[in-house]
This record gives sequence, C-alpha cells and structure tokens, in this order.
Amino acid sequence: MNGSMEFLLWTKGPMFDIALIVFALGLMARLAEIFLLGRAPNYAAPRGKEWHRGLRTLFTRNFPDPGTFQRAPFNVLVGWIWHLGFLVILLFFVPHVELAKGVLGIGWPTLPNPVIDLITGVTLVALIATLVHRLTHPVKRRISTSEDYLVWTLVFLVVLTGYLAYHRLVEPYPLVLGMHILSAELFLIALPFTKLTHIFTAFIARWYNGATFGRKGVQS
Amino acid sequence: MAAPTTLGENLRAQGVSRRGFLKLCAATASMLALPPSMVPRIAHALEATRRPSVIWLSFQECTGCTESLTRSQAPTLDELILDLISLDYHHTLQAAAGEAAELARHQAMEANPGQYLVIVDGSIPGPDANPGFSTIAGHSNYDILMETVANAAAVIAVGSCAAFGGLPAADPNPTGARSVMDLVADKPVVNISGCPPIPMVITGVLVHFLTFGRLPELDEYRRPMAFYGQSIHDRCYRRPFYDRGLFANTFEDEGARKGWCLFRLGCKGPTTYNACATAHWNAGTSWPIQSGHPCLGCSEPSFWDGGGFYEPLSVPTTATATTLLAAAAAGAVVGGATTARAKKQTRNLVAERQPVTVEELEKKL
Amino acid sequence: MSELTLERGLAAFRAEIDGPVAAFFSSCVHCGLCAQACPFYLETGDPKYTPILKLEPLRLVWESQFTLWGRLKRLLGLTPKVTDAMLAEWEGLLYDSCTMCGRCSMVCPVGNDIYAMIRKAREGMVQSGHAPEGLIAAAVRAINTGSPMGLKWKTLAVQIKHVEESTGLQVPVDKEGVEYLVLLSSMEVINFPEYLEAITRIFDHAGVTWTLSTECFEATNAGIQIGNKDIAARLVERVVAAAERLAVSNVISPECGHAYTAIRWEGPNLIGRPYPFQVYHIIEVLDALRSAGRIHTEGKESDRLSMHDPCNLARKSGVIAEQRRLMDLVADNFVDLKEHGRFQWCCGAGGGVSSNERAEPLRMAAFRRKKAQIEEVAPERMVTMCATCRTQLEEGLEEFNMDIPVVGLTEMLAEHLVEQPRTPTEAQPEA
Repeated sequence: MNGSMEFLLWTKGPMFDIALIVFALGLMARLAEIFLLGRAPNYAAPRGKEWHRGLRTLFTRNFPDPGTFQRAPFNVLVGWIWHLGFLVILLFFVPHVELAKGVLGIGWPTLPNPVIDLITGVTLVALIATLVHRLTHPVKRRISTSEDYLVWTLVFLVVLTGYLAYHRLVEPYPLVLGMHILSAELFLIALPFTKLTHIFTAFIARWYNGATFGRKGVQS
Repeated sequence: MAAPTTLGENLRAQGVSRRGFLKLCAATASMLALPPSMVPRIAHALEATRRPSVIWLSFQECTGCTESLTRSQAPTLDELILDLISLDYHHTLQAAAGEAAELARHQAMEANPGQYLVIVDGSIPGPDANPGFSTIAGHSNYDILMETVANAAAVIAVGSCAAFGGLPAADPNPTGARSVMDLVADKPVVNISGCPPIPMVITGVLVHFLTFGRLPELDEYRRPMAFYGQSIHDRCYRRPFYDRGLFANTFEDEGARKGWCLFRLGCKGPTTYNACATAHWNAGTSWPIQSGHPCLGCSEPSFWDGGGFYEPLSVPTTATATTLLAAAAAGAVVGGATTARAKKQTRNLVAERQPVTVEELEKKL
Repeated sequence: MSELTLERGLAAFRAEIDGPVAAFFSSCVHCGLCAQACPFYLETGDPKYTPILKLEPLRLVWESQFTLWGRLKRLLGLTPKVTDAMLAEWEGLLYDSCTMCGRCSMVCPVGNDIYAMIRKAREGMVQSGHAPEGLIAAAVRAINTGSPMGLKWKTLAVQIKHVEESTGLQVPVDKEGVEYLVLLSSMEVINFPEYLEAITRIFDHAGVTWTLSTECFEATNAGIQIGNKDIAARLVERVVAAAERLAVSNVISPECGHAYTAIRWEGPNLIGRPYPFQVYHIIEVLDALRSAGRIHTEGKESDRLSMHDPCNLARKSGVIAEQRRLMDLVADNFVDLKEHGRFQWCCGAGGGVSSNERAEPLRMAAFRRKKAQIEEVAPERMVTMCATCRTQLEEGLEEFNMDIPVVGLTEMLAEHLVEQPRTPTEAQPEA
C-alpha cells in the first residue's frame, strides 16, 4: 500500500529519524570543525574585553548600521521580515511546539493560529521578493551559486507546504501534511552541508567578530 | 434459506408501510449525497430488485463490527439492512452450526455465481503466514477467503481490520495479517473502515449497489467518497476553536470544559476521513469528540502504529531526544576526526614552511 | 635557488585557516550587503568587487581541506581547484580593490570579519608569487634599506638639523631610558616634515622625555601590506630591538594608520611574545597628555573643519574619541562627516593600494566616496592623522579641483601651544 497515510507515517517515522540523525551528526561535525580549529594565542595587549563585546555583537548584528540600511533598505527589510516570520512560525505555531514537546520534552507558549497564518502569508511574499532580488540585483546575481537557489527552494517549500496544509488546499490532507514534514526534513538534512549552517554558525562568527574588534576597543 | 423474493415484497410481508419504505429511501439518498429526485429511482430499484445473497466472513476480528451493526436500535435503517439482503452465511448470526453452516456457504455460492456479495470483517493471515493462526472448520482464513470471493460480484471489507489489517496487523504483526484488498486483486473491493465502522455506511453502500448495479465512487483507500470524502476536522463542530487557536491542554482544564479543540490532546481529526462528525453514533446521540475525547483516527490505515492516541498529530512517531543526542555525539567525533586530520596536515606543512625571502621577492620584479 | 610557488601558496592559505575563518565561511549567505560597505564596489558598480568574492581562493581551500563535506565533494571532483590562473585573476581583487579598511567586517549581518580574511589570503598570494610589483618593491626596499621608500638615516639627520634650527630645541637621538621611543614614517619624513617639528615642540612643552633611534626610525611595515609574516616579522623585530636596546617604556607610532596596527596588534604575534613596552599612536599620547593637563593651548581655529578618521586608527584600533577631544581643544567650528568613527569611509589608499601603481584608477575611484562625504559637510579644511590618508586626500581633492587643504592634527595642535611652557610644579594640580 502506498497511500497518503502511509506517506505521512513514513515522514513522521523513519524519515524523521533519518533527517534528525543527519542533521545532528552533520551539524555537530561542522561545529567541531570550527571549535577544534580554535585561534592562535594573541600576545597583543588588549584595549577592551573580548567576551563582553563578542556577546554584544551577537545581538547588535541583528540590526544594520543606519548607513547600510539607507543604501540597501530592500535587502535589509525583506531579509528581516522573512527571517522573523520564519522563526515566529517555527517556534510559536501550536503543532510545532507540540513537536518540540514530543521530542525534547520542553514546550513554551504559542501564538493563535490566525496570527501564524497571517505571518506565513507575509513570509511567503517576502521569500518571493528575496528571490526576485537575488535574480535582479547585480551583486547578488554575481555571487549566487546553485546552492543559494537550492536553499531558497527548500525554505520556500517548507513555508509553502505548511501554508497549503494549514488551509487544507491539497487533498487528501495526509499527503500535504506529509509533504510539509518531508520538506522540513530535507531542510534539516541540507542544513549542515549548505549555507543553512549559518543558523548556528552565524552566532559563532558574530562572537569572533565582536571579540576581535572588542579586543581593540571597538564595538563591532 | 429465504426464498428469492424482491425486497419490496419482503418489506411488505414484514409490515413495513409504503410510507416507512420511502422514508428509508430518502434517508439513504441524503446519506449518499444524492439529490432528492433520486428517491423514486432508489425506491423502484429496491422494490424490484431481488435481494442479493450475501456471505459474511469473519476472520481475525473482535466481532465489534457485527456488534456495531446489530446493536443499532430497531426498527431503524440498520435493522432493515438485514432485510435488504439475503444473509446466507454469518458465523455469529446464523442458526446453523458445524458442517451445516459451511454447507450453507457453499450452496449460496453455487446458487448465485457471479451474483453474490462477500462481506468480510477481520484481517487474514497472508499466504506466507502459518495457516494455523486462524482457521474455520479446519480451513485457513486465506483459503476460505479465496474460495469464497472466486465467484463473487464484489467484496465489501467491513471494519479497519478487513480494510487495512487493523489491530492484528499492528507492529510487529505476529500473524502476518493482511487486508482484503491486499489479497483480492481481481474483484471490486469496497472498504468500509472504522473500528467499528458506522452502520449506516454499510446500508448506504448496499443501497447504492442495489440501485445502480455498481459500487459507489471510492477514494484512494477504496472507501465510498460519500462517507469518507471529508475529514473529521473539516466537519468538526469544534473546528472554529482550532481556527481561533483555542485548545484544551489537559482533560481537566478550562479549555476541556469549554469544549475547545482537542488537537493538543492528540486528536487525529485532521488526518481522519469518516462521517462521524455528521452521522454521529448511537442513533445520532453523540460521537467521540462531542464526548470530549480526541479522535483516534480509527478509520485510517495503520492507525495503531500512527503514533500514540494522546500524542498530537505533529509529534514524530519514533524520534527521541536520545536519537538526537547520540547522533550529535557521533557528529562531534566525525568532525573532530576531520579537523584533527586537517590540523595535522597543516602542522606538517607549517613545519616545512619556507619563509619568504627578499631574494625570492626580487625574482618577481 | 628557491622560488615562490603555487604549492607554497596553498600551504600558506591552509596555515591561515583557523576557527574564526571556518565560522565565517560556514556562515556566509550571499546576501551581498558587504558590497554596500565597499567603496570599490559602490564607486565602480562592478559586482566583482563584492568583498566576500575576493576570498574565493581561501574559501575553496577551507572547504576542500577543513570540512568533511568539502573533502567528499573534492573526491567527487565537484570543487574547483585553486590554480595559478585563478590566483592571477584574484591578485587584482585582493590587492588593487581592497584597502583592508574593515568596513565590510562591521556591516556583515552574520558577523564575518572579511578584512581579516583578506589579510590572511594575502599570505597565500605572496607565497605563490601573486603579489603586485609595487608592493614587492616596497617590501624589498624596507628590508634592504630600512624604509619602504628607500629613505636613509642621512636624510632624516638633515631634517633633524632643520627642526633643531627652527625650534631651538634639541631632537633627542638614541637616548636610553626615556619614556617614549618615537617612530616615523618615510612618507611623513618626505612629505610632511612639519610632523617632527610638531612633536618636538609638544613634547618639550609637556615635559616628555623621548628619543629617536638611529637603529630604527621607520614605523611602517610593508610586510603587513603585502601580507607576508616573514617580512613583517623582520620589520617588527627591528622596532622591538631598538626599543629594548634603549630600554624605553613606550613606543609611539606616528601619524600613519597601518604602522600602528602593525606594531600595536600584529607585532607581538609576529614575534610570538608580548612586548616589554607599550605601543601608542601619537594621537593617544597627545590625548593622554591633554587629560593629564600637560598641554596648554591658546586660540582656536575658526574656519569650518572636518576630520577624516583613518580606518586603521578608528575602526581597526578603537581610537575615535581621542582625536575629537584634541580637536575641541584647538577648533571652534568642527563638524564631523556624516559617517565617521567606526563607520567612516576609507580614503581609498590604504592596505597597500597607494604603493601599487597599477591600482591608481581604482584608488581614485574609491576616493569618490570620501569626496562625496566631504562635499556633504563642505568644510574649509580637512584634518587627519595618517600620512597615507593625508596624501590621498590631497591628491584626490586636487584631482577634483576642490580647494580644501588637509592638515595633520599633531601639527595643528603644535601651532596652538602656549608660548611660555609652564613649569612642572604649576602643571601638577591640574594633573
């Protein structure tokens, strides 16, 4: 039997295990690759505190300096909107929190479904805008690789199938729910091997950046 | 067995009025989502058609399906269903026993070749399984099924065990249980899933067969679209609470008392296709969600293995935090090994590193 | 005889890869915002100048050698190899179109320290023989003559004589045990002799003991600019040896940006040990003297002044408030450029671009950004504290026929010193 329910159960069962294992294994390997390389000792007398400034940069890099914002408002704003949207949907939609509770044993408050629905719509539009921007802006077109388009597709599919599933726009429902879970699993599997790693490593990068500048007395 | 008569004659002989009969026809039309103009056609078909011979086979089952059917209040549709057909063989209901019972089955098969219907409840140990897991009169379930369906007009699998394997087929499926549609390839098979199925649905399918001479439109799991076309969630009276994000978090909290959505308590309504939300149970008295319990998804394939009854739909069935931690630990080892190797190679390169000299630079000028 | 090869270059790239580099490359999402921080991209509009793209050779080495995934991709032949042809193409990107101003490092949303990686990538470029001629020549001269411009002590000695004559003060040379060893940059000695005179006056005024060293007067480090730690270390060792010989407690880097970052931040790591002395930029020393009440000024400049922060001093070393406090001391009508301090814009000449003759058109293109910034504020004069920046500003403003003179902050301060220096006892209460 190869019906939609079997497909859904496959995505909730064996495929989820595979995705989770590839994700955890791949990500930890990446993190180990970074941390074990470490840094050479620095003999220059510091002017400021590394740790403190590094931690501040973790936060401050969420916001661009005013000049950069003025020069690239579309890039910054659209990036901001879809990142925030994606995070809010991921972290505060009831079924997602139940998933975390089921696997990790910890839950947290959620947002009402209509709010998530609205944010999902906005996120989808913003994602399309980022693709258009990537295809049209000279810098982005020049630096984009096939990986960038692959990752965009994965992210877009996750959100789109989620939206289709929530609104039950594809019948039968187990099929579309399974497609959503499968997209999320492909996202997880791709994460350690593509630029999606930045979800985790960007914070390490920010810390290093903040610490390096901070040591010289500059808040980066 | 009963003499071959038309259904109309039979009903009148039992004292069912014309008015009562038409009410039955109208109710069935509405259940099948047919327009009211179809009622006379149904009535005519039922009156004129000879009652079909039905052989009811019970295999690895709990008799819940038969209980569900026979415990319905008389004289409603569900009792009348027995008047729609000539039930020539049914373990639990027939008076005959032993060899006489088996003889009745064979007689029915011989008297109506290509005409009789087979209703199956319960799953069947497959051809590869030990035939001794379930036998009747010394014959394996599989042999009886294959023998009986050979000359049947159609097969109706009643209940989730017959339709999908059900409880006997649940992991690890010790008897190698299979569903009817798994084993019967060359006959029309209709699944009326549910644990147990809604009695009205059985009536509906029979009426449809008698009226139109063919089986109703089926979904991907060969279930009649008229009954399984919409999910529990889509027709659930608690759906507005889901849409507004109002959930019961425990069976005792305010949400539970106020009748909010049971998603977080494990309701499988969103993925379950059945008519409970509209047909209701016990003569329209209530249904599981109305009684405050999440839908178990009993009319769906693999519902026993589809995650805990009280686990929300979005919770993966097998993954655990331990899996995550073990994989992460393995990843740390793999990454550590890669880096250690890269670092060692780099150290060797650094040890052999030649400093850049002025002479080397001058050569580039 | 040995020569620079691709193999040596690749080994050098590898040796430069550390945790931060791995974190940075893992994190890049190709958002393109670094281009918005780069004067070379903004003023040419050519996307090949996108900062992160300049690091492609280093990134390829990282991916194929330091990640499991990259090793697999390399085995499957999916990763392009770093070749001499590639490095030849990237030479222009890594040297001609990057002043290592560090602005991209401040802007990158994932926190990539891009300029630091440019510095690292240049190590591989030198070892593989792909550095620009202008920088190679400067490095050779620096090692052979002690100055990237080929300047000898003889020339400086003449200048010292002039300064002594015009000030009536003695310029201390090779004095042991003084507070400060003063370093100079060749460019200053040649283009801006006012600087030496200014510090002679100020230190005399403030009662600071200092000295020049005949053994090492050059602060600049051509090794840092070209990106080679062997050359850079040899040049730093000369400074350290002179400072240790004279047993000074502090070394002063002159009005030069890269010289300061070279000695202050890279130097100890190049020689592999902490210094037994402190390193300051002259602006830091002057501000410390100011706050200790050892500098007394009279009169203020009344024309509209603005200031160019050298990247190396402000963004890359955190000296930002000091120059502004000193400006307040001597200027009435000071107005900052709109984006200044850690978000200032590069003049376009740093990171070795000024020594790289073939990069001149790009250098002038990058200057257009500074020009626009200056036009926005419309000052009558510009003040700065880096000889390279100052030369670039002067050249650039002249190119665009803008009559805005550029002055060094140290000289400007010297012009406002109170004639009669106070005795140390008088200065004490204010300290």
